[in-house]
Amino acid sequence: MDWLFKFPQLDSDSLLAVKRAIDGSLKALTRSYGDAIEGFFYPLLKVLIFFEDIMLATPWPIVILVFAGIAWFASRRWSVVAAVVGTLFAIGLIGLWVDSMRTISLVFSATLFSVAIGIPLGILLNRFQRFGAALQTLLDIMQTMPPFVYLIPVVMLLGIGRVPGFIAVVIYAIPPIIRLTDLGIRMVDKEVLEAADAYGCSRSQKLWKVQMPLAMPTIMAGVNQTIMMALGMVVIASMIGVQGLGLSVLQAIANQYFTQGILNGFAIVGIAIIFDRISQAYGQRLQKHRGGTHE
Amino acid sequence: MSKVDTSIEIRNLYKIFGQSPKDYVDAVKNGMSKTELGQKHKHILGLNDINISIPAGKIQVVMGLSGSGKSTLIRHINRLIEPTAGSIIINGQNVLEMNELQLRDFRREHTAMVFQRFGLLPHRSVIDNVTFGLEVRGMDAARSRDIAMRWIERVGLQGFENRYPDELSGGMQQRVGLARALSNDASILLMDEAYSALDPLIRTDMQTMLLELQTELNKTIVFITHDLDEALRLGDRIVILRDGSIIQQGDSQDILLRPADDYIERFVKDVNRGRFIRIGSVMSGLEGEASGTLPRLSADMMLEAAAKALTTSAADQAVVVNEMGDPVGLITLRQITAALSSASAADA
Repeated sequence: MDWLFKFPQLDSDSLLAVKRAIDGSLKALTRSYGDAIEGFFYPLLKVLIFFEDIMLATPWPIVILVFAGIAWFASRRWSVVAAVVGTLFAIGLIGLWVDSMRTISLVFSATLFSVAIGIPLGILLNRFQRFGAALQTLLDIMQTMPPFVYLIPVVMLLGIGRVPGFIAVVIYAIPPIIRLTDLGIRMVDKEVLEAADAYGCSRSQKLWKVQMPLAMPTIMAGVNQTIMMALGMVVIASMIGVQGLGLSVLQAIANQYFTQGILNGFAIVGIAIIFDRISQAYGQRLQKHRGGTHE
Repeated sequence: MSKVDTSIEIRNLYKIFGQSPKDYVDAVKNGMSKTELGQKHKHILGLNDINISIPAGKIQVVMGLSGSGKSTLIRHINRLIEPTAGSIIINGQNVLEMNELQLRDFRREHTAMVFQRFGLLPHRSVIDNVTFGLEVRGMDAARSRDIAMRWIERVGLQGFENRYPDELSGGMQQRVGLARALSNDASILLMDEAYSALDPLIRTDMQTMLLELQTELNKTIVFITHDLDEALRLGDRIVILRDGSIIQQGDSQDILLRPADDYIERFVKDVNRGRFIRIGSVMSGLEGEASGTLPRLSADMMLEAAAKALTTSAADQAVVVNEMGDPVGLITLRQITAALSSASAADA
């Protein structure tokens, strides 16, 4: 009866051999192509450093003015502008200005990249059924796989630093924008699509004149989600050498500095609120004539 | 623009919905019923052997209740729905055999469509909705705006061109839909239950506007409706569909005076006959010379109007004349009353 209580697993020798083989080949890959891969990502590193330098080199009043301007453009409401400016002042007052700028620059570039890749992928997901099914599975894996697990190969290949951190954040943050782009396109009213067909739209005309504009509010919700996910990844990314608020949180955890932890935590929340209010307000303004308000 | 023949010839059109519709066309042609196809083979018979000749420049109404296949039928004319078998010939070309590019050009140049729930683009202002068809064709913005403004004024929406659809009432939204269709300058206008979502009063207004426009434009209009009054008012010719098959086609007089079966008779029963039956359809033949003293009424006059004309005059009968003013028959008050009250009046 022994077999009933002990799962018939592969014997440990062959399992070990498999693990060794995979790890070994990954190491070999790193050894032979590590430099090439790093070279490939070098432009990305440049861009990330460039953004960070801009954020750090700009005098703080100008940074606040720019954020206030973006908030006004997106929402046309003074309350949103006031919330954004107030939050930035609070972050500066508790001495977290520099770390916050680092975090904002990483989240901003990760979001920009996710949106630039994610929206086209969402469109493809919508158009091609079979590709879509495969991509859906991949997205499920990306969303549920513990980030630490895919950090291992990323670190093995690229070492620690900004680029692996950026990649980890993008992997974690890109699924919502892909899914919500697809959803937004799928939710466009069938009769409006019929009208587009009846007036002789080509596929690209239909996409750009009808489907994308009408999917925009949903896509903006996806952008918002992506930003939030990226911010959530900041602490984990700090484990592989990303500087900013996440690193301070990590130090606070290691040394049990409660106040340092909570202040940095609040700064992350503050940044989340800034991004959230701005993107939500913009989404709502888009919504105005695109259904959802009437009927 | 070159002269094109805009009559529409629909021949042996079948539409079967399901997994493998082609397999069942022959069975349906050999008389398999809709129920048998549905229950035994899990396929739905959408259209069954449709044959209609729609003359150019006329309003063809397709009438039927929901599920009768009327919306499916109109969507075959610009092929929003792919047919299972059959042909639709417009200007010498079979719409159902066009490739993607030909079909796109055909839709851009020759047809325009008006939808039940308007099908407007909510993120575009009225004027940008009206220019949509022209923009898709690639016309430059200034020219298409001029054309659009003309039609916006023509449908009575001047001053609203920068509003958005969700700021307008249903009737106004459908005017936008109509302006969009008309600015396309297509010779075929497809109207899918265009007025069904509107209030009765607004619906009557829109019908009047369509009839007025049609006297100038002479487009080939295919108008789908479930409302017999609307069908009788608008239709130069009427087709009645039931369960995907045509059960009667003809003009309003045929439908009212010679209903093909009980089903249509039930429909016709509740219609205000005085407003739709012409005296020319119920008059008796002329015997000998027409008396010069009797009032003269046009053959196109409706019973109700004729009855009013006769009751205010001294005579109890009138000479019916054609468009040229030549006498073609006699009508008496008795005949009018009889025709108002019974379906078999024409035989009396």
